[in-house]
Amino acid sequence: MIRFDDVTVHYAGATEPVLHRVTLHVPEGELALVVGRTGSGKSTLLRAVNGLVPHFTGGTLTGRVTVDGRDTRTHPPRELADVVGYVGQDPLAGFVMDIVEDELAYGMESLALPPAVMRRRVEETLDLLGLADLRARPLRTLSGGQRQRVAIGSVLATHPKVLVLDEPTSALDPAAAEDVLAAVQRLVHDLGLTVLLAEHRLERVVQYADRVIRFGEDGRTVESGTPAEIMVRGAAGPPVVALGRLAGWDPLPLTVRDARRLAGPLRERLAHLVTPTKPDGERPTGDAAAPVATARRVSVSYGRMRALHSVSLAVAPGEIVAVMGRNGAGKSTLLNTLVGLRRPDSGEVRVGGRAPADLPGRSLLSHVGLVPQEPGDLLYADTVLAECATSDRDAGLVAGTTARLLGRLAPDVDGLLHPADLSEGQRLALVLAIVLAAEPPLLLLDEPTRGLDYGAKERLVAILRDLAGRGHAIVLATHDVELVADAATRTVVLADGEIVADGSTSEVVVGSPTFAPQVAKILGAGPWLTVSQVAAALAAVS
Amino acid sequence: MPRTVSRALHPGAWWAWALGLVVAASRTSNPLLLLLVVAVAGYVVSARRTSAPWARSYATFLRLGLFVVVLRLVFEVVFGAAEVGTVLFSLPEVPLPDWAAGVRIGGPVTAPGLLFALYEGLRLATLLACFGAANSLANPSRLLRCLPAALYEIGVAVVVAVTLAPQLVTDVGRVRQARRLRGRPDRGLAGFGSVAMPVLEGALERSMALAAAMDSRGYGRSAGVPVVARRVTAALLLTGLIGVCAGTYGLLDGGTTDVAGINVLGLPLLAAGLAVAGVGFGLAGRRVQRTRYRPDPWRLPEWSVTAAGAAAAIALVVAGSVGVDLIGATSPPAWPTLPLLPTAGILLALLPAWVAPQPPDAGVGTG
Repeated sequence: MIRFDDVTVHYAGATEPVLHRVTLHVPEGELALVVGRTGSGKSTLLRAVNGLVPHFTGGTLTGRVTVDGRDTRTHPPRELADVVGYVGQDPLAGFVMDIVEDELAYGMESLALPPAVMRRRVEETLDLLGLADLRARPLRTLSGGQRQRVAIGSVLATHPKVLVLDEPTSALDPAAAEDVLAAVQRLVHDLGLTVLLAEHRLERVVQYADRVIRFGEDGRTVESGTPAEIMVRGAAGPPVVALGRLAGWDPLPLTVRDARRLAGPLRERLAHLVTPTKPDGERPTGDAAAPVATARRVSVSYGRMRALHSVSLAVAPGEIVAVMGRNGAGKSTLLNTLVGLRRPDSGEVRVGGRAPADLPGRSLLSHVGLVPQEPGDLLYADTVLAECATSDRDAGLVAGTTARLLGRLAPDVDGLLHPADLSEGQRLALVLAIVLAAEPPLLLLDEPTRGLDYGAKERLVAILRDLAGRGHAIVLATHDVELVADAATRTVVLADGEIVADGSTSEVVVGSPTFAPQVAKILGAGPWLTVSQVAAALAAVS
Repeated sequence: MPRTVSRALHPGAWWAWALGLVVAASRTSNPLLLLLVVAVAGYVVSARRTSAPWARSYATFLRLGLFVVVLRLVFEVVFGAAEVGTVLFSLPEVPLPDWAAGVRIGGPVTAPGLLFALYEGLRLATLLACFGAANSLANPSRLLRCLPAALYEIGVAVVVAVTLAPQLVTDVGRVRQARRLRGRPDRGLAGFGSVAMPVLEGALERSMALAAAMDSRGYGRSAGVPVVARRVTAALLLTGLIGVCAGTYGLLDGGTTDVAGINVLGLPLLAAGLAVAGVGFGLAGRRVQRTRYRPDPWRLPEWSVTAAGAAAAIALVVAGSVGVDLIGATSPPAWPTLPLLPTAGILLALLPAWVAPQPPDAGVGTG
């Protein structure tokens, strides 16, 4: 169905080609998963399928890409619209109309389908993706998961043979992600759709895939095979695979269910071992040390919508607190209130004894720092070095402080690059360096692992632990259960603006079917949360 | 269609109705008739508007109208030409050089002059109120979807622009927050400059993303059209639209250029323009290969609403031509009256408050 023959893509002005002599074939009806480091060319590969590369992006493509027998050389994206449905990373940016129903019909209107067919297919699509209740809603009022489903529906309505999805779940909470992936899987099974999907969080998708296409570490080689074949080799992988490799399970399990059936012996061995060391070691918790930040009965509402309701929270130095909950549960609002971007309607927020909303610019920096969901928002300068220099000036620091910090967080960043040209991980490191330069005792991160590959995530966890070790208090708002299991000492779950659970990560996370990490699901109701805990425990015995 | 079923009336019908009222209002300076038009429009709006954001625009237009009236009065007081009639008061006159003869600043202010200005201002305000009524009753994006196929691409561009504007506002907020997070001023001139850049960059990036998405969804698929055909179509469209504009002007102006007793600048030119533009639209529409999802139907309620607006217009035009006095008397000032035929015509325009179907409920409305 999708065929790449010796394809090389070279963007104008780049020294290296993005794709180098890629040859691969995705047969009809398969769900193919594209994995690889950020910046390795996954998006380029996906966009080449419907001809956006090179018709839209520019650059040179040599070799040949054919989809359903049509050569993208002679067919620009609009002429492939009836065969390929493409959904980009940010579905909201791709919406043309303003209402769900009209958006679903837009593609069909462009293809000049008869009105009767359109009417029927809109209804079918509404049902297929569970959107019937939302048909008259303005697109802007939808939640992340709903938007993603509308975006998928809007391309599906034209009945394409191929569906291309670029990180469809990266912005979604675990439950919404499962919704979207379940819908995709049903399409593959029921309609025989061929799906090409890029995703970083393998733990969410690898069990659905028929084929994995992996970009090698050097960014040159592309290998393609069954998930098990690909996952056995190579370092990175979801926890279930990592645990399987550690325990030497064969065949390598890809799903929690398979792994659980193989895990009996391991579970027994672990049962006799000491409880795992907590990620934080044994450090004082909330009540022992004086808290860095407190929120007392904080309520915030936007218009008639209540975002936070009587939330009380205290964060002590050295704590890493994860804030979890659905999209729209109030996580970002809580962070914004803690950093003073939003004044609470009632209640009181104190950071280092002061109300953050009253702190003037510079002194805010030395009290609390926030890494927003889009870290790029904080960057203005043309080069990384200039950005570091302005950061030093803003915070009134000795010149070179930020650059030194960046050197520690991400040693390989080229200082002369434009911040927009950095990889996601590097950009996050740069923003972290800027925020940390003034040494705020409280550090807040909003969705820090969005778009990060496993390597970058591991480095981030190491950095966070190091910071906590030196007495910074850290609050993360995240959907990433594996990150929480790995890094957080304490987990707070928000629902509809209220705290519904607050306790040590192992207590809060293990009991919940949505928030439990894979290792906890595989090893049952034990204290084990991460592969590294298991590895350390096993190593201690042998 | 039974009246109990709620649906959105075709936006074109609301505009036709409002234009009828515009034509009616433009034919009179009788303040009672003008106020009647405003009241009729206001009543229909209050009866048939939704809770959508644009539905509140009637009040905005009314305020704008009030501003126009005040402005017109101020101009009259300051620049009013000396007229006969009762002098109410006198402002000190500014002496102007000879070359500015005909222009006067200050001087006596007369009652007829002020009254005339008031009626003129009121007429403009009434026209604005009619446009406001159409704006708050018709869903703009659905109106754009009714554009002829030839204008489809412009329509999409407008829809996109309309949805992008609120996004810009959100962006400004986000960038401001980001500046605060870096401990920088987010207000003032320096703040503005550095907020504008990232916002524009963001808008540009989003436009690129949107363009890519539209392209991959088949926007602009079209059969090859010969250059000559394209140029002929464009020429027809342009000539036709100019004709329509000139004809509308002639109609609203109310009979200036009479040739052999017929007002050529009015209806005839409008009709000719419409015909030429129609041919152009037809030709252009044929090269666009697309269909429309659930177009708004044009049924009995639409016809009734349009007819109600037309009735008002016709009543005033006919009344004017048979010699009914539609001028608000200013010299000497006299209390205006309500002539029967025009009043009845304008009152007919009240009908849409009942014949138009109830708009869909706000909760599940068209947003």
